Amino acid sequence: MADSMSSLPSVETIDLTSHQRPRRLVLEVLHDWVTTVDHKKIGLMYIGYALIFLVVGGVQALVMRIQLAVPHNSFVSPDVFNRLFTMHGTTMVFFMGMPILFGFANYLVPLMIGARDMAFPRLNAFSFWISALGGLLLYYSYIGGSGLYGMGSAPDVGWFAYAPLTMKAFSPGHSTDYWAISLILSGIGSIGTAINIVVTIITMRCPGMTLNRMPLLAWLNLVMASMVFIAVSPLTAAQIMLMLDRYLGSHFFDTQAGGSAVLWIHFFWIFGHPEVYILVLPAFAFMNEIIPVFSRKAIFGYPAMVAASVGIGFISMSVWAHHMFTVGMGAGANVFFVFSSMVIAVPTGIKIFNWLATIWGGKVRFASPMLFSVGFLFQFLIAGLTGIMLAAAPFDWQLNMSYFVVAHFHYVLVGGILFTIFAAFYYWYPKVTGRMMNERLARWHFWMMVIGFHMTFDFMHIPGLLGMPRRIYTYEPGRGWDVWNLIVTIGAFIQAIAIILFVINLIRSYYKGEIAGNDPWDAWTLEWSTASPPPVYNFAITPVVHSRRPLWDIKHPEDPDWNYE
Amino acid sequence: MTTIPIIRDAADEPWVLPDRGTVGMGCLIVAESAIFVIFVVAYIFYMGQSLGGPTPQQVLELPIFTTICLLSSSLTLHWAVAALRKSKVGAFTTWLATTIGLGLIFIVGTGMEWHHLIYVDGLTIRTNLFGTTFYSLVGLHATHVIVGLILLIAALIFSLTGHVSEKHAHRMDVLSLYWHFVDAVWVVVFTVVYVLGR
Repeated sequence: MADSMSSLPSVETIDLTSHQRPRRLVLEVLHDWVTTVDHKKIGLMYIGYALIFLVVGGVQALVMRIQLAVPHNSFVSPDVFNRLFTMHGTTMVFFMGMPILFGFANYLVPLMIGARDMAFPRLNAFSFWISALGGLLLYYSYIGGSGLYGMGSAPDVGWFAYAPLTMKAFSPGHSTDYWAISLILSGIGSIGTAINIVVTIITMRCPGMTLNRMPLLAWLNLVMASMVFIAVSPLTAAQIMLMLDRYLGSHFFDTQAGGSAVLWIHFFWIFGHPEVYILVLPAFAFMNEIIPVFSRKAIFGYPAMVAASVGIGFISMSVWAHHMFTVGMGAGANVFFVFSSMVIAVPTGIKIFNWLATIWGGKVRFASPMLFSVGFLFQFLIAGLTGIMLAAAPFDWQLNMSYFVVAHFHYVLVGGILFTIFAAFYYWYPKVTGRMMNERLARWHFWMMVIGFHMTFDFMHIPGLLGMPRRIYTYEPGRGWDVWNLIVTIGAFIQAIAIILFVINLIRSYYKGEIAGNDPWDAWTLEWSTASPPPVYNFAITPVVHSRRPLWDIKHPEDPDWNYE
Repeated sequence: MTTIPIIRDAADEPWVLPDRGTVGMGCLIVAESAIFVIFVVAYIFYMGQSLGGPTPQQVLELPIFTTICLLSSSLTLHWAVAALRKSKVGAFTTWLATTIGLGLIFIVGTGMEWHHLIYVDGLTIRTNLFGTTFYSLVGLHATHVIVGLILLIAALIFSLTGHVSEKHAHRMDVLSLYWHFVDAVWVVVFTVVYVLGR
C-alpha cells in the first residue's frame, strides 16, 4: 500500500516545470487575480468573498442576539434591528451561501472530471465580478440608501420583502432599490456560473468518465446548477417587476390599483424554496466525497444517490407554498403542498440511509472532515424532522413566523450546510494550499461549534413554541422567554469563538502547516492525482478513467473497481 | 511497481461529448424561459383585473403582418446557416440580411403599436394593470428581439467585411438557436396577449 502510494503518478513525474516561481510585486499579484480566468483562482475568490460576508453576517447576528439577550433591551433601536435582520438574511443566502458553494464547485468540478478549466472561462470571471458588485451595492445602501445627505439606511423590508411594504409609499428612499438591484446582479452571476457548471460537466469530462462513473460531487452540482436556471430566474423576473413598480409606476404589487401582494409571495417562494435545495445539494455533495474516504469504503448505493438527488431537484420545484399556509390558499392547495413537502423527505431520507450504510462496517478515521460530517448527519436529521413538523399545515398555522421556524431553518443552514462547508474546508485545504490544517485547532473548532450550535439553535425552538414571534426587536419579561433567549445568545458567542479559531487555523496553516503531498487522505478521485496546489493547467496529460474511483484502480491494479460496477 | 502511467490505455470507445456552445445556449434558453413564464403568469393572473380602462378589447389589434415577418425570419435564418454550411457565403449574407430586415420590421411594428397606444389610446404602464402587464411582457420580448438583432447585425458586418467562412457555421448555429427561441416565445406571447387576452 505504502509502496503503491509513493509511486503514485502525478504531474510531477510527467511535468518537470519548476513550481518555484520568483517573488512578484504586489501589483503583479493583484493584476493576476483581477484579470484571471482560471477556475481555481475564481473559485478561491468566490470562497474568500463569501468568508468576508460570513463574518459580516455573523456580526449582524451577534448584534441581534445581544439585543434579544434580555427583555426590554435597548442595545439597538427598532429601525436598526429591522435593517439588521434584513441584511443578515440577504447576506447569508446570496452573498455567503451561494458564492461559497459556487466557489467550491468552480474549484473542484473541473479537477474531479479531469478537465483543464470550466467551459467558458471568461463567463466565469464575469459571473464572479457581477456577483461581487451585487454584494458591494447591497452594502453601499448604508451610505446611499436615502441619498448622501441623509444618514443613509440599509434595506429594512426583511429578506423576503413582502409587498406592499416594498412600495414607494412604505419604503421611501433608495434602500429597497439597492436591495433589488443587488439581487438582480447576483442572480445574473448565479445563472452565468450555473450555465458554466452544467456545460462543463456535460461537455468536458475526460475520456472514460461516463455519467455513470462521474464523482457524485459533479452529479449533485449538475442537479444544483440546473435548478438555478428554474429557481433563480423567477426571482430576477420578480425583482424586475418590483423595480418597474418603484420607478415607472406600474402596479404589479400595488394593492391600491388592484395589484396582488400574494403574487409576490408566490414569486418569491417559487425562488425561495428551491433555493434551500440549491444550497443543500452541494453540501450533500461534500458528504458524498468525504464520508466514503474516511470510512474506507466506496459510497453505498451510487445509483440511488443520483436518483435521489435528481428526485429532490424535481420535487423541490413544487413545494414552495408551504411557506404560505397562513396566507389562506384554500384546502386544496394546502393539501397539495403538505403532501409534496412531506414527499421530499423521502429522497432525503434515502441519502441519509446511504451515508449510514457507507459508514457501516467501514474503517472509520475520525479526522476533522469526518467529525464535521458526523455532526452534519445528526443535525441534518433533526432539521429535517422539524421540517416535517412545519410541513403539516395545522402545525404551521400555529408556529409560522415564530422562533420555531427560525430555529428550524438555521438548523438546516448552520447545522447542516455550514458544518459540511467546514468539513469541505478541512478536506480540500491540503489540495488548495499544499499544507494540512492544524488538527488540534480543528478539534477545538469542532467541539466549540457543536456546543455553541446546540446551545443556540436547540433552545431557540422553545421560545418559538412558547409563542415568541420572529423579527421582534424586544419583548416583555415574564413570558417564559427570558432564560431561553439568554442561553441562545451565549451559544451564539461560543459559535463566534469557534469561527475565530477556524479563521486562525486557515491563516496559520497557510504558513506553518505540515506539507500535505498530493494525496494526504488516500482518496480516490482525480483531483488528488495532481500536485497540491494544482498547476494552472490541472493535468499535464488528460487522464483516462475506467471506474468511479480512478485512483483506487491505480493504487490497486490487482483489484480494480471496474470489476464491481 | 516503480511507475504506473496514469493513462493505462486509450478509452474503450471513441469519446464524443456534446458541443459546449449548443449546451450553453440550451441552458440560457431554459433560464430565459423561466423569466418569461413568470411574466406570462403575471399577465394571465391580472387578465381582466384592471380597475379602469382602456381594456385590451378596446385598444389591441392583432399584429398579423409583423407576426408573419418575425416567424418567417426564423426560416430565413435557417436557410442562411444552411447556405454557410455549404460554403455559400453570398447566399448566407443575403439570407442573413433578409432575417435582419424582417426582425427590424417587427420592432418598428411594435414601436408603432406602442406609439398609437400611448398617444391615441392613452394607455401607459401606469394606467392600469393591463398596461402594466402588457408593456412589461411585450417589452421583455422586444428587448430580446433587439439583443438578437444586435448579434445578427454583428454577424452581418463580419460577413460583409469578408470574415465569415464555412468554419463559422457552428457559431451561427448557436446564435440561430437563440433567434428561434425568441420567435417561439412570440408565439406564446401572441397567444396569451392577443388571442386569450382579448
